Amino acid sequence: MTRKVCVIGVGNTDFNSMTPDVSWKEFMYEACKKAYVDAGINPREDVDSFITCAEDYWEGFSIFDEFVPDQIGAVLRPCCTVCGDGIQGLASAYMQIMTGLVDTVAVESHSKISDALSYGDVVLHAMDPIYEKPVAGQVERERFSGPSYPEKSPKPLVGKTDEKGRVHPYYIAGLEMQHYLRSTKTTEEQCASVVVKNKRNAYDNPMADYECSLIEDDVMQSEYLFKPVKELDISPLVDGAICFVLAEEGVAKNLGVEPIYLNGFGYSSETPWFSSRGMDAGYATMASKMAYKMAGIKDPKGAFDIIEVDDRFSYKELQHIEALGLAKPGEAAKMLENGELEKDGKLPTNISGGSLGIGNCLEATGLQRSLEIVTQLRGFAGKRQVKNPEVGLAQSWRGIPSGTGAAAIFSRYPEVKA
Amino acid sequence: MSDTKIEGQPGYAPGTHVSGRDIRDKKIPYTWWEVEAQYAYSLGPANARFLKELKEGKIIGRTCKKCDRVLVPPRMFCEWCYSPTNEWVYLKDTGTVETFSISYLDPDANRIEEPILVGVVSIDGASPKHGFMHYFGEMKPEELHIGMRVKAVWKPEEERTGSVRDIKYFKPLKDGGDE
Repeated sequence: MTRKVCVIGVGNTDFNSMTPDVSWKEFMYEACKKAYVDAGINPREDVDSFITCAEDYWEGFSIFDEFVPDQIGAVLRPCCTVCGDGIQGLASAYMQIMTGLVDTVAVESHSKISDALSYGDVVLHAMDPIYEKPVAGQVERERFSGPSYPEKSPKPLVGKTDEKGRVHPYYIAGLEMQHYLRSTKTTEEQCASVVVKNKRNAYDNPMADYECSLIEDDVMQSEYLFKPVKELDISPLVDGAICFVLAEEGVAKNLGVEPIYLNGFGYSSETPWFSSRGMDAGYATMASKMAYKMAGIKDPKGAFDIIEVDDRFSYKELQHIEALGLAKPGEAAKMLENGELEKDGKLPTNISGGSLGIGNCLEATGLQRSLEIVTQLRGFAGKRQVKNPEVGLAQSWRGIPSGTGAAAIFSRYPEVKA
Repeated sequence: MSDTKIEGQPGYAPGTHVSGRDIRDKKIPYTWWEVEAQYAYSLGPANARFLKELKEGKIIGRTCKKCDRVLVPPRMFCEWCYSPTNEWVYLKDTGTVETFSISYLDPDANRIEEPILVGVVSIDGASPKHGFMHYFGEMKPEELHIGMRVKAVWKPEEERTGSVRDIKYFKPLKDGGDE
């Protein structure tokens, strides 16, 4: 009999622009403990394998893997880190379960980015040392000791790349948005509508930190930071931890938990050469194709009752909807205008508020998108509940300057009705 | 391994590494970048309390009633039973050497004249294997041994900052006897 993998528990902290009251350990513990309670299991006995999705530079440690076991319940148990997005972690968990070696796997991911004082420079450090770092400019400063932090926090860009002649790496979003607008004849105003929608949606999400009542003009009048990207087009950083417990469906049956199936997933990476990249989110296209094939979905249009896509920049939501094959190039903005992306529309999109409304939680973004899909499929989304959803898609991107993305398909059934 | 030693050469291969001079003289093609990475790690309740107490010259731990353990440094949850810990408990500033090393190199792998004595101290009153890494002083390297009884030597109160270095080092505990 073919094994089936499902979500049996989820847990998360609140999402906050800062969390000075807890260390990363207590923060992760909160999310994991909630997930284990949700599943009705004891991690010390019932979880066979543990995965954290984390990137050392966000955390501020070398080999962050080693700082993980205590707070996720994994001491002296199989435990490893996936240096990637949370959905890549879910993919690893799925594969582990399908081998038959393990039945239950916990996947944790988080952002404690408020601990990082030089976010912009850490992003810069992710760029090519020969061709791109020199363009951005080496920091020139005296040797100093002790923390230095800009007096006025330049949110949402938190960082120190503010010296003369140096450029914040988010300019890459400017390059891509420019290309997107031109190639699809989408307008800046239409991108502004994404911001308005998602920040409004966030009002109905108690865990969101950046809910706001805006009109398109507010977005249009916000400062150009990387033209055509304006301040309000950018999702602000946020702290938050999320844990998923995945299991073979027999485990769910024994526990009496309502399973939410992971029917398919995919992930894909572009070349790191900016000059050679497609700039049309090809990573999302390839990741979703892999996921559709796995789930047996022939035509993604009409296959989903709800989707959550990466909207770390406003244009990204529209670009991703198109890259996922859910709209033709240039059509996503029209769907938005027609109300199709609203809660009661044909393709409810980022009803959670997305990264624009909840906040950008870096490698945890894929789990944040997936968390909303699972919550909606379970019917636990409260005021923002979409009517009786059966199949949902979560998609994420690893953020600037990466060209890596992942997608996951969840449903209430072992097989998606194609 | 060969037993024959070639005149003038060591009996092992130390390997050849890039030197600062190689880089300065541009013998090796390279590009250079210095990362600007700064973090202010939030302490959270357990670490914050521990460091605050160190400033007062005290060592504090947390109990886990379920596992009947005293954890030091304190944690808000127990990594054995995965439950929240229960109560704060003050401990003595004495303990036992769990293990140690006599270190002759600095981080750049230069030989240092006076070896540095480092090791793990289990704090009295805490559960086995509960304590922390620190320096040893007021002893000769050859005196240091596993099971040695030691006591914290604190910095003067006005110099303490709320850091593990508020303890200067651990010295032999006279009349403490070996365990």
